[in-house]
Amino acid sequence: MTAPASPLTLDLVARFPGLVQTDTRPGYSGFIVEKDSLLEVAAAVRDELGFDLMTAVTGVDYPPDKMEVVYHAYRTTGGPGLVFKVQVPRVDPVEVPSLIHLYPGVDLQEREAWDLLGIKFTGHPDLRRILMWEGFEGHPLRKDWKEGFYEEDTKPFKSRWPQGQFYMAEDKNPFNDNLAFPQNFDPEKWIPEGDALLYGALARYTVKQEDGLSTDRIVINMGPHHPSTHGVFRAVMTLDGETIAGLKPVLGYLHRNHDKIGERNTFLLNMPFTDRLDYFNSMTNNFGYALAVEKLMKIPVAERAEYIRVIVSELSRIQNHLVFIGTLLNDLGAMYTPSLYAFEERELILDIFEAISGARMMCNYFRFGGVVRDIEDAEMQKIKDLVYDRLQYKTDELDRMLTENEVLLSRMKGVRMINAEDAIAYSITGPVLRAAGVPYDIRRADPYGIYDRFDFDVAVRYNGDLMDNYLIRIDEIRQSLRILDQAIKQIPQGPINSQKPAYQVRVPAGEAYGRVESPKGELGYYVVSNGKPNPWRYHVRPASFVNVTALEKISIGAKIADFVVLLAMFDMVMGECDR
Amino acid sequence: MDNEQLSLPQYEVPEDLQHAIAVTTLDRLYNWGRRSSVWPLMFGLACCAIEMIAAQTARYDLARFGMEVMRPTPRQADMLLVSGTVTKKMVPAIIRLYNQMPEPKYVVAMGACASGGGPFKEGYNVVAGIDKFLPVDVYIPGCPPTPQALIAGLIKLQEKIDKQSIKQVPWYRRKTKDPNYVPVPILGPDLIDPRRNAEIKSAAAVKEG
Amino acid sequence: MYGKGILKGLGVTWKRFWETYTEDIAWVLRGKKRYFTEEGVKHRSSKDQKGIFTVQYPEEKLIQPEEARYLPFLVYNEMPDGKREVLCTSCGICAKVCPPQCIWIVRSNDPVTGRPVPEPTEFYIDADICMNCGFCAEYCPFDAIKMDHDFEIASYGRNVFNMEKLLKSSEYYKSIRPVNYAREEAARIAEAEAKKAKEAARAAAAQSAKPTGAEAATAT
Repeated sequence: MTAPASPLTLDLVARFPGLVQTDTRPGYSGFIVEKDSLLEVAAAVRDELGFDLMTAVTGVDYPPDKMEVVYHAYRTTGGPGLVFKVQVPRVDPVEVPSLIHLYPGVDLQEREAWDLLGIKFTGHPDLRRILMWEGFEGHPLRKDWKEGFYEEDTKPFKSRWPQGQFYMAEDKNPFNDNLAFPQNFDPEKWIPEGDALLYGALARYTVKQEDGLSTDRIVINMGPHHPSTHGVFRAVMTLDGETIAGLKPVLGYLHRNHDKIGERNTFLLNMPFTDRLDYFNSMTNNFGYALAVEKLMKIPVAERAEYIRVIVSELSRIQNHLVFIGTLLNDLGAMYTPSLYAFEERELILDIFEAISGARMMCNYFRFGGVVRDIEDAEMQKIKDLVYDRLQYKTDELDRMLTENEVLLSRMKGVRMINAEDAIAYSITGPVLRAAGVPYDIRRADPYGIYDRFDFDVAVRYNGDLMDNYLIRIDEIRQSLRILDQAIKQIPQGPINSQKPAYQVRVPAGEAYGRVESPKGELGYYVVSNGKPNPWRYHVRPASFVNVTALEKISIGAKIADFVVLLAMFDMVMGECDR
Repeated sequence: MDNEQLSLPQYEVPEDLQHAIAVTTLDRLYNWGRRSSVWPLMFGLACCAIEMIAAQTARYDLARFGMEVMRPTPRQADMLLVSGTVTKKMVPAIIRLYNQMPEPKYVVAMGACASGGGPFKEGYNVVAGIDKFLPVDVYIPGCPPTPQALIAGLIKLQEKIDKQSIKQVPWYRRKTKDPNYVPVPILGPDLIDPRRNAEIKSAAAVKEG
Repeated sequence: MYGKGILKGLGVTWKRFWETYTEDIAWVLRGKKRYFTEEGVKHRSSKDQKGIFTVQYPEEKLIQPEEARYLPFLVYNEMPDGKREVLCTSCGICAKVCPPQCIWIVRSNDPVTGRPVPEPTEFYIDADICMNCGFCAEYCPFDAIKMDHDFEIASYGRNVFNMEKLLKSSEYYKSIRPVNYAREEAARIAEAEAKKAKEAARAAAAQSAKPTGAEAATAT
């Protein structure tokens, strides 16, 4: 959770007189930086103040006159973060200097802001659309952009009640479908742009030989339909023999317009939508969103609910890592057996989720101020059974089955993933960062909920190779079991929500950034409220999406045969990545 | 061989021969073979894909229905299980996969998104159901359908296969053009379905007077 | 020794394979049926599960917890004369809290006065938009819309449910969610009694108002 900036950061105004102002809008925090001095200030933030991890970059549209780019920076040594913003006039082209040379990790996030909001980052070497395709009309997250099935700015829609005569959204659209074309558009004259820009971006990796002999590089398209990409992910690479010479990830095949729909929903209605981000871990997704909105509403969380939140989050982390190990082995060629074993334990954990929340995967379990339903004694007994009598042994069994396996060792040991310095520069969070030797875990570095009450170790490994990335997951399962043990023993009786159940919540104007350590890394929610029932801006900072920024860096120089495993190590989930 | 599924009820087989003899029709034998070996395409789109994988695993064990052989290539697959939100950016790839599948082929829309757009229907990048492009055989509601619900839907598909007759199925007929070929949509300012070019043109001309 | 790790791993798979048979034999020796019984399914979903993990749907089904949710349905009470009393008052809260806005309600109006009548004329749920989140059931103040357990609803066409399809009896609701039903029933009875007590108190107050007045008069 972002606390107010610490005293050390406060002298940013004094350090850059006239160029930096404190953000004084009610409910807002941080600094507003002049556009022209952004690079200078960001360099000072990184080098002088030590905010080396640039986690979230996003834009907010404030029609009619301005647009804002919001940066959230943190220290990998822990502690609260620093928020700074740039405001630019809302006249095309909206231009902001790119921070990519200071923080390479902002690459994809800046491309996303360009794609969805039309903010041009000057100095970005490869500013293409990322979630939508080249040639798409308009920038969808701008407030004045309307899609084909647009009905109203905010939910609930008036057509549903009291005169809710059913109709299909298709029937009200002139194109009879979810389509919006510019006027006088002629589809037959349209020349698709295709992937020309994409291949152009890859061209910079081709090398001309000095003796005049030019050899072709092979271009390989992997995905969007590929069994090992864990969803609809596409990577385009150029190969030099078996070595990857260039790579560009192509995202957006599962872009479900989470941010746009989120701005239309009321605050409560977003909760079930967050379930579908990282669909393995609906519990931790809920957690992050609940934190952000609770911070805006300034409400406490019921004591028992805090413990329940920790219990379900850690159970979720365990099943995620188990499935990770199972699917990793699938990708390595050990088809099915390990993943079948992993899914058995996952099923038992999902049984508990179903019993307490009602659904196996899409739990929709958190509410602002607590959780929706108590864990009854019978379910608590089931959790105890699992934690004390089963998961421990099953983790050991998985460990015994795989860790010493010679085939696995020769595939993974010593295969470079990323080193600590690059991992921080590329804003990687989660197990991949910790396997590179950086003990950065938000549960410890900037504790949220009641994680500061538990005794656990931040799992960390130092080699940064594939084997460490695998082992750290097993370490984390063991640490999660430690937390679960304490939480189960300490959980008090009492109410499960500090608020009365209500479907309309009052959220005062302001901004908040709630972040949790999801099993994939940092999952952040940037929510801006203007006091109305719907958020003005709702942005998700997904772990998978930002981690994938480093894929290019990691893969170049690696062998094509290792690529699938490198990709698997990010534990990507496209629902979260593309949103 | 499971004689109960194969035998026709109207023919009496002496009891001592029942384990060895079944009286049946060619259709029934043919369909019995097909329904027990529907190979799905290994193709996951979104949340539902995880439940599809869960249905393959030990607890639900789709192998009991002969559907455990997930083929990564469409050339060997019989069933396209559209498991998740169909986005405009993804739909050309799905249509290409479908066109590459050999006959007979079935499409199952798993979950709300694939059936009718689902919770994300209003989104600008979401196709309101795969049935806008492909002929869907079975719709499975749910968000996501649990593995058991998925199996219930696949049993429904098997029932559909059972009703087909070798005399009427289109895939043995001589033909010049693939009747199931679907033209691949184009990514323009929005998704362009080539079958609807004229409609789009006229609607775009009328738009906003 | 090279290959030791592989052998160790194979040991795990061998143990798992072997347990299938030992477990089957153990159940036979105990004289119990491991398959196609509720007890067997329960055991296979518990921490003690060993060996075979499969629940052979459709012959045997997983035991659904009470809170399990699938699609919503509307509850009606079966009246003694065979008529259906629909609990829904068409207040529209479910339509307002529906995140994907898949609920459509037409409110009834009295044909004579034109004033709203607490009963829906039409009620639609687009099952192919519904995200099974359970908000409608959670925030319904009249316990009129509930989440179903029935998941075997695959069909050959698109699913838009109307009143006809959505209405299910309160007996059915009681059978799938006994604990919830009991709690709600108790709350309803308590509320009715509180109302009755309140009315009685008011009547008593009205009754006693006169004597106190008289008493006051006599006192002065």
